[in-house]
Amino acid sequence: MVTVRKLPEEELFLPGSVACQGCPSSLGLRIAFKALGKNTVLIVVASCTSVLQGSYPYSAINLPLYNVAFATGGASASGVVAGIRALAKRGVFEEEPTVLVWAGDGGTYDIGIQSLSGAAERETDFIYVCLNNEMYSNTGTQRSGATPLGAWTTTTPGGKAQHRKDIAQIMIAHKIPYVATASLAYPVDFYQKMLKANSIRGTKYIELLAPCPPGWKFAADQMIEVSRKAVESGMWLLYEHEQGDTRLTGVTRRIIEGKVKKRPVKDYIEIQGRFSNILASREGQEAEEMLESEVSESIKRLQGWVPEYI
Amino acid sequence: MIEKDDDIGYINSISLPIKGCAGDTGEWRIFKPVKDAEKCNECLLCWIYCPEATISKEGVEIDYQYCKGCGICAVECPTGAITMVKEEKR
Amino acid sequence: MKVLETGNHLVALAVRAAGVEVVPAYPITPQTQVVEKIADLIDQGKMDAEYIPVESEHSACAALIAASLTGVRAFSATSSHGLAYMHEMLHFAAGLRTPVVMVNVNRSLGPGWNIWCDHQDSISARDTGWMQVYVSSHQETVDTVIQAFRIAEDHDVMLPIMVNLDAFVISHTYMDAIVPEPEEVSEFLPRYRPLWALDTRLPVTHGSVVYPSEFSETRQSMQQSQTRAIGVIKEAATRFGELFGRHHGDMVDYYRLDDAEYVIVSMGSLAAETMISIDAMREKGIKVGLLRVRFFRPFPVAELQELCRGRKSILVIDRNYSYGLAGVLYTELKAALYGLSDTPVRNLIVGLGGRDVSNELIAEKAMESFEGKLGEITWGDTQITKAHVVTRELLERFQELYNKK
Repeated sequence: MVTVRKLPEEELFLPGSVACQGCPSSLGLRIAFKALGKNTVLIVVASCTSVLQGSYPYSAINLPLYNVAFATGGASASGVVAGIRALAKRGVFEEEPTVLVWAGDGGTYDIGIQSLSGAAERETDFIYVCLNNEMYSNTGTQRSGATPLGAWTTTTPGGKAQHRKDIAQIMIAHKIPYVATASLAYPVDFYQKMLKANSIRGTKYIELLAPCPPGWKFAADQMIEVSRKAVESGMWLLYEHEQGDTRLTGVTRRIIEGKVKKRPVKDYIEIQGRFSNILASREGQEAEEMLESEVSESIKRLQGWVPEYI
Repeated sequence: MIEKDDDIGYINSISLPIKGCAGDTGEWRIFKPVKDAEKCNECLLCWIYCPEATISKEGVEIDYQYCKGCGICAVECPTGAITMVKEEKR
Repeated sequence: MKVLETGNHLVALAVRAAGVEVVPAYPITPQTQVVEKIADLIDQGKMDAEYIPVESEHSACAALIAASLTGVRAFSATSSHGLAYMHEMLHFAAGLRTPVVMVNVNRSLGPGWNIWCDHQDSISARDTGWMQVYVSSHQETVDTVIQAFRIAEDHDVMLPIMVNLDAFVISHTYMDAIVPEPEEVSEFLPRYRPLWALDTRLPVTHGSVVYPSEFSETRQSMQQSQTRAIGVIKEAATRFGELFGRHHGDMVDYYRLDDAEYVIVSMGSLAAETMISIDAMREKGIKVGLLRVRFFRPFPVAELQELCRGRKSILVIDRNYSYGLAGVLYTELKAALYGLSDTPVRNLIVGLGGRDVSNELIAEKAMESFEGKLGEITWGDTQITKAHVVTRELLERFQELYNKK
């Protein structure tokens, strides 16, 4: 069994970066790099991650890294993978490097969905990680297709009136070999999912929930706690999808099996400032119920039924 | 500074990986994590949860040159071995 | 090997000869046959390259840059709306200094939908940092595509290059051309040697954030490479001529220019048509010559200054328009000649959206221009047709609808 202790010591994300205190992206990168190691080419889609790595002529990321234009995560991966394949024909590699794309929810759900969809349909051999902080954080926290119902952003000052997309399901519909969700509260789970993704050929999609302290309005030291409560409340479901089957993992599985009691959504949203207006409003109760029913619907979509104790 | 001549040569936006690309980010801290070695059981949760890679796996030492003082380690430590202490005014 | 092929198929064969390793592309009329032929060559095992069937031109250019950044030779082709759609990535390719080659089959931009030739597409991409060359024949297409890689990949240059050929006039017509085999090309064009790449042995970050304190230097460096490219272009044309016995000009090409009192300046296949006009005018005793601009970027300032000196009158034919001003080759030429002489320079706009431009029309308008009968800028082939009358009537009906109380 993999434990925290067994995770590699080497750090390919170097300390002293530009990231905010408690940044979920830097933590996500750290763990992802531990799983993939040095034989990795990283593609960063325009996002906070383009900035937090530092500026010319220094970088916090000790991997060959290409910072790409916003709408090009998938296409850039296809190009790099084709280039690697062409080089491999010349016999330059002992082992072909892994290609990892790191994108935000803007670069994945919205402006980058076409490029990602194209790469997946072409069966490009790469790992795509969507670091989902449910808003356009790099431009100062605007609404995205991943922003949940009721959440404040600078472009939804009264709270978002629509539900978020379920992009992991869109990726499953591409019939790619591996789709998984992960949470920073469970780093070993994320690490193992990255390892598994790296062992499979084809397009692998992993979505990591990224609670953003300044964007979601909570104290930096609560980043892991918010990540944890997202899972415990069912607002973030952990699962893997392989060969046509979805398998719930970690705390999500234990909740569905009735071994752990699901927290009310309220436990998760009341610790974040972005929901405070909607919770205090007349529609607060209604929004909370709508989010609870969104959780049930998501579980139903994943496994076909919802236990009555949810 | 290098003297700029007529031929500026080949310049591209390529960057070198180094520690501290944003400088000594330890200066950002308002609160400082302090480890109580007696209480630390070396479970390594602080190490794995540190977003900035400033806690060593070996010996659980905090690198104050870069630690930004987010406080995740103190919140997540299961034995309460890390306390956040207000930084002295610099 | 001599073949009878369309311009588009010749592009594909030249790309094969150049030893291209990755081709991401998205089909668009009138470029489609280029990508079909490349896909077919790869499928038949006649070309060893990775073909990436991207889902858009934006992605085509993104994949092109990314592949090049791994250190391999990469090519794509597009046209018109496709080129416009990849505009953001054109800047990226030049900014990252990836020496990729792209063929653009010159086509107008809609609306109204129009698949035929003009130069609006590539001219609109003028300021992206790409080099641009315009060809006027099938053989020149083949030879220029091969030379383009050598120019772009020269370590003094390291900038992308766009080879422009006219829709249908070249892209879809069949002509004899000689296409060398890859082995014959390898001396002229050895394997691409990157200055740097995405390489796990030396991990660096490409495309970092660059602050105002460092940004201008990255752009000045691009301009200096454009300037240095002029020598590289000339050297490539000369060396190609030595090895293959064919020379199509370098920065510019010209025809019956030596003793010419009058000069017609143009680009692309229109310049080939103009040669016939020049022969006809010469028969009438008019000393006229052609100056064909091949490289539009870098712009052949010195060559134009030299070759336009001492002429009586110059007419620039543009198959594009910068709205609010004039044809773009005209304004560029005027800027190059500014302050050097009082020679009148006039502008003729013809052939937009694929309208046929006859050598007779060119001769007629050129004579009028040289005799001072034309204004500074002349739309040379416009007229109100029955179709335009129909839309005018429709506009009147809308006005009746909207003005009803």
